[in-house]
Amino acid sequence: MNNSSIVSINDLSKQDILSLLDDAAFFEQHPDSKILDGKLIATLFFEPSTRTRLSFETAVNRLGGKVIGFSDPAATSTSKGETLKDTIKMVANYVDLIIMRHYLEGAARYASEVTDIPVINAGDGAHQHPSQTMLDLYSIFKTQNTLDGLTVTMVGDLKYGRTVHSLLMALSHFDVRFNFVACPELQMPEEFITFCRNNNIRFNISEDFNAEVINESDIIYMTRVQRERFSDLMQYERVKDLYNLHNAMLDDSKPNLRILHPLPRVNEISQDVDDNPKAYYFQQAKNGVFARQAMICRALGITNFRDLIK
Amino acid sequence: MNLHNSNMNEKKELAVAALRNGTVIDHIPADQLFKCVALLGIESLDKSVTIGNNLQSRRLGKKGIIKVEDTFFPDDVLSRIAIIAPSAVINIIRDYEVISKQPVRLPDEVIGIVECNNPKCITRNEPMKSRFRVINRNPVTLSCYYCEHELSAGQIK
Repeated sequence: MNNSSIVSINDLSKQDILSLLDDAAFFEQHPDSKILDGKLIATLFFEPSTRTRLSFETAVNRLGGKVIGFSDPAATSTSKGETLKDTIKMVANYVDLIIMRHYLEGAARYASEVTDIPVINAGDGAHQHPSQTMLDLYSIFKTQNTLDGLTVTMVGDLKYGRTVHSLLMALSHFDVRFNFVACPELQMPEEFITFCRNNNIRFNISEDFNAEVINESDIIYMTRVQRERFSDLMQYERVKDLYNLHNAMLDDSKPNLRILHPLPRVNEISQDVDDNPKAYYFQQAKNGVFARQAMICRALGITNFRDLIK
Repeated sequence: MNLHNSNMNEKKELAVAALRNGTVIDHIPADQLFKCVALLGIESLDKSVTIGNNLQSRRLGKKGIIKVEDTFFPDDVLSRIAIIAPSAVINIIRDYEVISKQPVRLPDEVIGIVECNNPKCITRNEPMKSRFRVINRNPVTLSCYYCEHELSAGQIK
């Protein structure tokens, strides 16, 4: 077990988060360098996630590191019944850092226990995806110049969406007020509502994605309402279009408002929003590279990169 | 589970109550008694064992009690009891005297005893020990160290 692994956003203190945001801003200014020259990094994707894998591999390559790994577990010994422990111990012989995605919850925590090599969790089932949270935080920080005094509105599937849960936990370090906009079937789970109450976090629960909610928001975080979440398809048909965002809905919104979405989107943000300067989801994905560069350097214990680049 | 009754001349009641050396686990909720019996591995003991259940209790309404002669359980075994019966009290008897009377104490972590009820948890899919943080003691609530799912007392198997 090692301490520099990044498994859960809940392991990071407020100071850790601020320091990573500061580093991400530095990497945005200096995206290409040789900081990771001589470092070999594994990307082990036990379930496919092209977007996340490309972002991590871009982050490594632009810092001069090398990548090995797999994106299809069907072609590995996992399909022959090898345990996760054995796969991790084998790969740890070769590399300086393991970045892993797994379909089982808690897999990255376990991996970090069976090796001395640092592990970055690139998503473990419905549990944690800390680099998504860091890029969300960085996008909010970059567009608002602060993480304090903001109103953040989360829309769509708040029950199953791990991104909104992790973002809520990370933002709880800061002075943020929340609007939770969803149908009752997909509202924020009780444990997070209790967490907000216990920590004096202000929040408002709404079933209605209306002008009042939109116009007071600094950030609107959209998520996709997925058909497979509903046991009653009639119910899905009733709510599927209630949480879609159209450009006209933004007419009286705040000038600093930005629309975020973890992507991929389907129709919850209509195409006519894309050209609105308040649409930020594509830049948000780009910010992922910088946030991941910051996390990779932290996991590898590289702290002097500012000196290396000068 | 044989009734302790070595001397047939004595009254049964006395035989049940008197324990020269051993352990008495008292204040077990009646509906948890047989789970405690299983957790302690009492079925395989060859010592005298007395089990009472649905006894009147001011605290619990109905309680269970387990008396085991000449047996002193290690702490890690007793801490298992705390998971399902946090109200239980352990009495250590030597020479008919109660020399120690302590409530069961759940450790801060429970390792390798309870199964996570999340089928997608890594602990259910790898040959490894489960591990839980104790986030509430009475009623017991556990949080899986790996997937962070919470288990309430009724869900603990």
